[in-house]
Amino acid sequence: MAKITYIAHDGTAFEVDAENGSTVMENAIKNAVPGIEAECGGACACATCHVYVDDAWTAKTGEAEAMEEDMLDFAYDIQPGSRLSCQIKVTDDLDGLIVRVPERQA
Amino acid sequence: MSENADIVETDVVIIGAGPVGLFAVFELGLLDLKCHLIDILDRPGGQCAELYPEKPIYDIPAWPEISGQGLTDRLMEQIKPFEPEFHFNRMVTGVEKQEDGSFVVTTDENEKIKGKVIVIAAGGGSFQPKRPPVPGIEEFEDHSVYYSVRRMEEFRDHDILIVGGGDSALDWTLNLQPIAKSLTLLHRRDAFRGAPDSVNKMKKLVDEGKIDLILGQVTGLNGADGVVESASVKTKEGDLIDVNCTRVLPFFGLTMKLGPIADWGLNLNENLLPVDTEKFATSEPGIFAIGDINTYPGKLKLILSGFHEAALMAQAAKKHISPDERIVFQYTTSSTSLQKKLGV
Repeated sequence: MAKITYIAHDGTAFEVDAENGSTVMENAIKNAVPGIEAECGGACACATCHVYVDDAWTAKTGEAEAMEEDMLDFAYDIQPGSRLSCQIKVTDDLDGLIVRVPERQA
Repeated sequence: MSENADIVETDVVIIGAGPVGLFAVFELGLLDLKCHLIDILDRPGGQCAELYPEKPIYDIPAWPEISGQGLTDRLMEQIKPFEPEFHFNRMVTGVEKQEDGSFVVTTDENEKIKGKVIVIAAGGGSFQPKRPPVPGIEEFEDHSVYYSVRRMEEFRDHDILIVGGGDSALDWTLNLQPIAKSLTLLHRRDAFRGAPDSVNKMKKLVDEGKIDLILGQVTGLNGADGVVESASVKTKEGDLIDVNCTRVLPFFGLTMKLGPIADWGLNLNENLLPVDTEKFATSEPGIFAIGDINTYPGKLKLILSGFHEAALMAQAAKKHISPDERIVFQYTTSSTSLQKKLGV
């Protein structure tokens, strides 16, 4: 289990209890976090679940793999902490994770 | 538009060659109906082939695990005896009802196919180039911003900005460079998804000073009356620069859009086609809709549901085409006539 905080573009924070093995995207959709679309349903085939991982957490969430990097090419306003949330799996290590939702999805 | 285009005639025109459209060929074939399929992609499989060819699917009956491509390959094998005809790289632009109750389907290449019945199995719609998330880009589309190159002459002697790092971006960089006044390739990182040979050729052009390569992202387009003059770019280092350009070609992948189906006069409900659950008929007699594109109470967007819909639709389509013929329900396991059709 991990507590994840999603910060919507308008600054509203959403705290969610996420089960291990689920993805950061799935928890956002389940809890209706605004601004995460996940058009392809988590197949790493679009770029509409783009989030910015908080600087303090980028080491724990790890780096995007090649396929995810390719998809990030299609996202809007890529920043150093940019990830596709469908590719971040929840573990106990991520308890307290903070991600920000970008202004818009691709 | 030529009025004399040769018209191909068939029993059923299926719009969409995804898994559900492919399986419809099987069910219709068992009832002796010949099919033509039209798809905007260059190969069969629809989303299975385009979005997740390698991804496993776990909810196909009797296949505990199968990839999108694997499912497509097996469907193609299964429908082979019925010799379906495919029209790839085509978008259906219009459907016109004829006096005899049949339909003539027109593609964006102005081909015409006449079918007694139309089956719309178009999933989430047709795959079309994605509009990049650049504010205000719409006002420049078709004047300065293009998502594909239909006529290279449109780009001659222009300052061209190509955005992207895949094969389309690289191919057009190589093809347009000789006729461009200047060409800039913009990509957010130094890794390219395209064929290694194209990447090498592009880098050679950069070394020779024939094109510019900028690492960064477009943040806005500047110009007036639909004509772009420059693009605002945030470089990888975080600098804000202006890139002069009068033609912009962004390659941001594909997205699904309902497309021209909305204009065919069919009842729509939130971009889906409402159907009944006996025949999967749309509001127009003779036009059926199966798979993710349809909606009805309890609808689940599952491939297996689409297969079921294909089977029932085929019976209804047969009755529509041959209302006086008695349809004898048969099993492939035991019917010698069905086995003959399958060539087993």
